[in-house]
Amino acid sequence: MKTRLLPLYAAAVYLFLHLPMLVLAVFSLNSSRFTVWEGISLKWYRAALADQQLMEATSNSLAIAFAATLISTTVGTLCAYGLWRRHSGWISGSLVLSLVTPEIVMGIALLALFQWVFRNLGAHLGMHTVILAHVSFCIAYVVVVVLARLRTFDRSLEEAALDLGASEWQAFLRVTLPSLYPAVGAAALLAFTLSFDDYVITSLVSGVDSETLPMVLYAMARRGGNPEVNAISTLIVFGLGVLILASERLQTR
Amino acid sequence: MCGGTIMMNWRSRLAEPRSLFLAPAGLFLVALFLVPLAILLYYTFLQRGAYGGVLPAFTLENWQRLVDPLYAGILYRTSLVALVSTLICLLLGFPLALFIARAERHRNLYLHLVMLPFWTSFLVRTYAWMFLLRDTGLVNTVLQATGIIKEPLPLLYNYGAVVLGLVYGYLPFMVLPLYATLERIDKSLLDAAADLGAKPLQTLWRVTLPLSAPGIAAGCVLVFIACLGAYLTPDLLGGGKTILAGTLIQNQFTNARDWPFGAALSLSMMALVVGMLYAGIGRRKERLL
Repeated sequence: MKTRLLPLYAAAVYLFLHLPMLVLAVFSLNSSRFTVWEGISLKWYRAALADQQLMEATSNSLAIAFAATLISTTVGTLCAYGLWRRHSGWISGSLVLSLVTPEIVMGIALLALFQWVFRNLGAHLGMHTVILAHVSFCIAYVVVVVLARLRTFDRSLEEAALDLGASEWQAFLRVTLPSLYPAVGAAALLAFTLSFDDYVITSLVSGVDSETLPMVLYAMARRGGNPEVNAISTLIVFGLGVLILASERLQTR
Repeated sequence: MCGGTIMMNWRSRLAEPRSLFLAPAGLFLVALFLVPLAILLYYTFLQRGAYGGVLPAFTLENWQRLVDPLYAGILYRTSLVALVSTLICLLLGFPLALFIARAERHRNLYLHLVMLPFWTSFLVRTYAWMFLLRDTGLVNTVLQATGIIKEPLPLLYNYGAVVLGLVYGYLPFMVLPLYATLERIDKSLLDAAADLGAKPLQTLWRVTLPLSAPGIAAGCVLVFIACLGAYLTPDLLGGGKTILAGTLIQNQFTNARDWPFGAALSLSMMALVVGMLYAGIGRRKERLL
C-alpha cells in the first residue's frame, strides 16, 4: 500500500514546488490585464521589452553579474586550489560563515563598511559597490563547487608534472586547471545566477545609478504586480533555469 | 631581530605559489566580510546619530534593548514562524526524500526537480505566490467565479502566507540532507526487519527513522536558520502587519535610523545561527570546504 502512496505524495510535493511558477508563466500569456483568461497573446512581453526602466535595470543587472562572475570565479577557483593544496582553517571557516550568514545581515555589514570608507574618501554607492558585495557572497559558492571537483582529481598527475620539471604555476595552469574547466564553468554559471537574482544585499548597497532588475521587480511586486511583471518573471525563471541546468550538468560530468 | 625573522617568514611564505592562490580570496574575505562584521560589532557599543550613522560615545544600551519585551516578542514570533515552517518542511520533505532515495531510476532528475526552483530567482517565485493569493489573484478569482465565496478571502499578508512562502523556499534545505542519509542506509537492515516480521510502517518507524536522525537534524537546522534570517518572504507575503526579525533589522537601517541597535540585532541573529549550526551539524559542515 505504502509503495503506491509514496509516489503520490512525492508528486503532490513536486506540484507544490512547481505549480505556482507554471501558473504564472501561463498567465503571462493571457491577453487580459485581469486574472480572467481571455486568450493567448505576447503583448505583455512586448510591453515589458519596451519598458525603458525595466530594460535599463536589466542591462545594469547583466553588467553587474558579468563582472561579479568574472572576479568571484577567478578568486574562488584559485582559493579552492590553494585550500586543496594546503588546508587553511581561517579561510574555510570564513567561507562557511559567509555561506550561513543571513543575507540581510551581510547586506547591512557591507553597507556599514561602504559608508565608513566613503565618509573618509567622499565616494558614493553605485555599480562598483554592488559588484564588490556580489563577489563577497559568490566566492564561497565557487569554492564549494570547484573543491568538490578537486577532491576527485588524482594528485599524482600534478606530482608527475612537478617531477618532470614544471614549476608550481605551470603544473597548476597546464595540468590541474584544464581538468577543472567543467567545475569552473559550473561555478561561473552558479555565481552569475546568484548575482543576477540577488535583491536583499543589492538593495542595501546600491546607489542611484545602479538599480537592478530584481529591485525594479520588487518595487512592482510591492505595488501588487502587473502582467508585465508576470512576463519578465517568466523570462527570468526560464533563463536562469537553463543556466542552472547547464551548471548541474557540468558538475556531474 | 625577532621582527626580522617574522618578516623573513612572511616573505618566504608569500613567495610560495600556494600562498598566492589563497591570497586574493583571503583579501576579499577580510575586506568584504570580516571587517564589515567587525565594524558592526564596533557600532553596537556606540550611540545612534540623529540622521542615521553613529556617534562615537560608548554605551551598552543597544545590547540591553534586545531583552525589551517589544523586540523579544518579535524574536519569539520569528522563532515560532521558523519552527512551524521547519516542521512542515520535515513533513513534506521526509516522504519526498524517501521516494527519491528508493527510486530505481531517474534519481538525478528527481533531485534536479527539487534543486531547480531553489536556485532560480527567489524573488520571482515569491511573486508567483502573490499572483496566486492576492485579493484579485487566481485563487480568489476562481473561487468567486464558481460562487463558492462572495468576498475575496484574505489569503495574503498574514503569518499563514509567510509560513507557506518559507516552506516553499527552503524545502530543498530539508530534502537534500535527508536524501543523503536515507540513500546511505544499508538495505539489508530493512530486509532483516521484514524477515523478522516487521510491517513496512514498523520498519519505517523503528529502523529507517532512527537511522536518518543525523539527516533530520541537519535538515531542520538548515531550514530553521534560513527561516530565522529570511527577509524577502516575510516582507512580500507578510506585508506590514507581520514584522519578523529580518524586517526589524532592515528597519533600523532605513526608517528607524538606529544603526547601533540594528547592528546589535544583526550580530545576535548571526550568533544564534552559528550556534544552532554548530549544535545541529557540528564540524561535519566542514566537508563542504
